[in-house]
Amino acid sequence: MKFLRNYLNKIKPKFEEGGKLHAFRSLFDGFETFLFVPNDTAKNGVNIHDAIDSKRIMSIVVIALMPALLVGMYNIGLQNAIAAGVADTTSWFSMFLFGLMVTLPKIVVSYVVGLGIEFTVAQWKKEEIHEGFLVSGMIIPMIVPVGCPLWVLAVATAFAVIFAKEVFGGTGMNIVNVALIARAFIFFAYPSVISGDGVWVATESVMGFGADVTVDGYTCATALQHAANNVPLVGASADVLTTNDMLFGFMPGSIGETSVIAIAIGAVILLYTGVASWKTMFSVFAGGILMSVLFQHTLPDNPVAQIPAWQHLVLGGFCFGAVFMATDPVTSARTETGKYIYGLGIGAMAILIRVLNPGYPEGMMLAILLMNVTAPFIDYCVVQSNINARAKRLTKKN
Amino acid sequence: MGLSKKNKEALTAPLFKDNPVTVQVLGICSALAVTNKLEPAIVMGLSVTIIVAMANVIISLIRNTIPNRIRIIVQLVVVAALVTLVSEVLKAYAYDVSVQLSVYIGLIITNCILMGRLEAFAMQNKPWPSFLDGIGNGLGYAMILVIVAFFREFFGTGALLGYQIIPQSVYDAGYMNNGLMLMTPAAFILIACIVWYQRAKDESLQEK
Repeated sequence: MKFLRNYLNKIKPKFEEGGKLHAFRSLFDGFETFLFVPNDTAKNGVNIHDAIDSKRIMSIVVIALMPALLVGMYNIGLQNAIAAGVADTTSWFSMFLFGLMVTLPKIVVSYVVGLGIEFTVAQWKKEEIHEGFLVSGMIIPMIVPVGCPLWVLAVATAFAVIFAKEVFGGTGMNIVNVALIARAFIFFAYPSVISGDGVWVATESVMGFGADVTVDGYTCATALQHAANNVPLVGASADVLTTNDMLFGFMPGSIGETSVIAIAIGAVILLYTGVASWKTMFSVFAGGILMSVLFQHTLPDNPVAQIPAWQHLVLGGFCFGAVFMATDPVTSARTETGKYIYGLGIGAMAILIRVLNPGYPEGMMLAILLMNVTAPFIDYCVVQSNINARAKRLTKKN
Repeated sequence: MGLSKKNKEALTAPLFKDNPVTVQVLGICSALAVTNKLEPAIVMGLSVTIIVAMANVIISLIRNTIPNRIRIIVQLVVVAALVTLVSEVLKAYAYDVSVQLSVYIGLIITNCILMGRLEAFAMQNKPWPSFLDGIGNGLGYAMILVIVAFFREFFGTGALLGYQIIPQSVYDAGYMNNGLMLMTPAAFILIACIVWYQRAKDESLQEK
């Protein structure tokens, strides 16, 4: 650490005004403050600082994402091996390596494009680097199917960073979740790479890893698509999923969303460190359960409505959305009561879209985006009702 | 053309500095609805240009005889008559486009640009400047429509005016049409980009 600090101090003058590499000032600044907590204090006014700054918070979220990402990589290899019919003869390690080879380019593209735009804007406006993309850049590759082409990912990331973040004023000012906007962009602009049943399994080997699937046009639907097509999830058909598959995440789906257990580890990290609000997380699940129980009893003919509530929660992107995206402190409701309303809304809306809209097998993305937009309104109502209650109390006493 | 300075201003200001869509933010509804292809956008732009110009001239001619209290109704009757005319002409000579434009030709009646120009300009000015003002505003509107429709059709279908521009080899390499461009939100985003560009260029337009 000492060595790193000394090295940074040594090269620092080059990036300052008049230095040779002044054009890359924001880049240097960004990395320096990422590695070391900045030492400078506010110059004017009274400020209250937490000991932890937003770059450290972002790092915790990235760490919390790791279990889901690693299991997701293994799952990519597993699905590929199953598709090629070599699942019994392939070791878990080579499956994981294949997943790594497929996922790594996506992560690199997402970070290069997103950070590239952020650094350019910071340099151009002479501002500090915004750190928010550390998390978004990791989440974006995790919420797309493995078959998503890199250029689509790049376009979507650029769109999301420019139109969902920079035009609103950068990190901390965005109204909607940046990573979800990237996914929504792909969803509406290039529906063929994110829906249907041909995109969830990698079918080509990469640099000797993995297997080429020889069946032309191999398709494999996600659990929710099966449910929408009235294929029983647990039963006698060939596409059955065991309960273990659902919990560990060994099923087709977006890269990071399938494994409930891995996401749960992330959730524990987030809750233990206090980065995410348990109120939001809890009420998303509560809303989901309430809504799916309601539908189960009112819509006996709808196949998706008949999925048991617990399966609704473990399938698709529900867990991932509830843990990592609904709890985003920037876009969620900020008042404590508001967090309950906000979370309930997300859970209920996600199940509502799944059950009642045959066009969208998964509703989590749209539910979170919708509640992101309404979060300021929820906060306004909560604050206003508090003001009214106190005003009433005041006039009563007099 | 020997236009006086004031007339020249009436013709050119609506094109950029006082553009009805990007500066006055009028006529947004139809700008969103008819711009997913270039052809209907051009037809729509021309129709509005013709109607604004003619309505401006007619209202300007009778401006001194219109009783103040019923002037909105008189303006509406003139506009409605012109819109019906244009609509019938389109049905007769460009049936396909008129089907694509569907109700939006009829809805030109409710286009704020028309009533706005009649109230703000034609009621106070002589026919010739009113005509120029109508042409200017119509073209300013048409220009934005054409720019938006150009991007939407090009990225949404890979074609312009129905002719394939992006060759098949690019599609074979993995390129895909952007479906979002064919949806209305894309028009919102594109118009926002034009507004953004225009205000970044011309600081007098920026709100304080």
